[in-house]
Amino acid sequence: MAKLILSMDGLVLKEIQLSKERTTIGRKPHNDIQIDNLAVSGEHAVIVTILADSFLEDLGSTNGTFVNGKTVKKHFLQNNDVVELGKYKLKYLSEAQPGGTKAADFEKTMILRPGASRKPPEPKPAVAVGAAPAHAAPAPPGVAPAAGASAAAGASAAAGAARPHSDTQIGMAPAAPAAPAAAARAAAAPAPAAPARRAMLQLLSGANAGKELELTKPLTTLGKPSVQVAVITRRPQGFFITHVEGANKPSVNGKPIEAQAHALNDHDIIELAGVKVEFFFKT
Amino acid sequence: MDLTQALEIASHTDPGMVRSHNEDSIASIGEQGLVVLADGMGGYNAGEVASGMATTVLTTELRQLLDEHAPHEVDPQSGQKAALKMLREQIAKANTSIYQASQSQPQYAGMGTTLVVALFYDNRMMVAHIGDSRLYRQRGDEFVQVTKDHSLLQEQIDAGMLTKEQAKLSSNKNLVTRALGIDPAVEPEMHEYDTQPGDIYLLCSDGLSDMVSDEDIGMTLQALGANLNLAAQQLVQMANDNGGRDNVSVILIKILREYPAGQRFASKLFGWFR
Repeated sequence: MAKLILSMDGLVLKEIQLSKERTTIGRKPHNDIQIDNLAVSGEHAVIVTILADSFLEDLGSTNGTFVNGKTVKKHFLQNNDVVELGKYKLKYLSEAQPGGTKAADFEKTMILRPGASRKPPEPKPAVAVGAAPAHAAPAPPGVAPAAGASAAAGASAAAGAARPHSDTQIGMAPAAPAAPAAAARAAAAPAPAAPARRAMLQLLSGANAGKELELTKPLTTLGKPSVQVAVITRRPQGFFITHVEGANKPSVNGKPIEAQAHALNDHDIIELAGVKVEFFFKT
Repeated sequence: MDLTQALEIASHTDPGMVRSHNEDSIASIGEQGLVVLADGMGGYNAGEVASGMATTVLTTELRQLLDEHAPHEVDPQSGQKAALKMLREQIAKANTSIYQASQSQPQYAGMGTTLVVALFYDNRMMVAHIGDSRLYRQRGDEFVQVTKDHSLLQEQIDAGMLTKEQAKLSSNKNLVTRALGIDPAVEPEMHEYDTQPGDIYLLCSDGLSDMVSDEDIGMTLQALGANLNLAAQQLVQMANDNGGRDNVSVILIKILREYPAGQRFASKLFGWFR
């Protein structure tokens, strides 16, 4: 569950769980979070929570509501957002911590059925599945998680570590034809979003000889459509060239590449459609 | 009518980087222009069972029905195309099968699946979907999402609570509001579209659309459209490179040429006179 940490002048005053669909903030005592300060309006703001998402709305307060220093009327709260009302600060901490097993739990596709009971046994005639107006969702909507979701997630996490795929092949790409995917997988696993080095292409022959091109996109195609085309893919573990179409495959350092992706090394010379191109890493 | 000359189909499915099971299921019948993709949900291996049942029921039943009836023919009573009726009835049948299995076998309780089906005939396609598996179209430079998810996020977007950009930040992903096999009856969303030679259609599970931006998917189809198998593998690889947090499945269909109906009749007649 997401929570708010109320503080003033760096002093933590209170921790509030966002357990309700509507959590009101204001100076008057009926608010869920009461802040007895004249800079805060009687009914200052409200936080609407729908499952794991929370939205902050200013209720027309006199002095305004600020998020990360900017005035807002309505705001979709993100982890570590700081809400300011007068001198008071509310830090928003979402429960979904990226990378944790909890996050994996969340990503399991689930069916959302407001008003439907969790027990499957009695056949319920014609329950309208999810005709739910989301904005008016009743407090705890009937999320029917897959049976034993957490157990399954635990199992999959354990199994994930020992997947037969990932430990069969570790090595460089030009292995057996079926291997690159497995090898790539093993290599990619530890650092999925590791920024790759910047790489360039320089044309060595043809009309545009000398021209340089930085490989910024995930895919860069080279060659002439319907004659000979190859693609260079930017991946976490490096750059790869793959044949796309045409009778002839491109060659790297004078040798035609195989059908699968070929890893590119610094200063490799690629030749296709009669043009020579050098691949190199930018320093 | 055999559509193998008019449609090129490539597909790829992968458990992803995190999950041990692949709960997605894909199937296609090239000569009859049918493609099916399902993303199962439910504990242990129930998700696989649900998605597998969906693709099996639809392909076996429709294979036979399409042999007997032309999908473009209009039923005089209802005014509806045979394709619509066939798909609706067989989706209902798949729903019943999954629902009954989940009711009778405790280990399958609560299982269900999303579904996206496309049936190609007469220069058109009928698309049926339930849940958050999608169909996209690449035509010329334009890449668009054709189906609209049955999900909490989509409802929030429709209600104006979230913009599409904000939806990407939401923690409430993967909450579908409709699924096959959860209730005794389900309403699939069905629409018919014109197709053009050169079009590329993509059916995918949320393992692709959640991990790879629409922009990058479109760019891949644009760049690798000439090699459909490579494009399918590249899409799965991109999802895995971005973390591969879910099963990833893609089916690509390229329209190679026109495929008007009536040729069946004409070719029959032609065969007759020979």
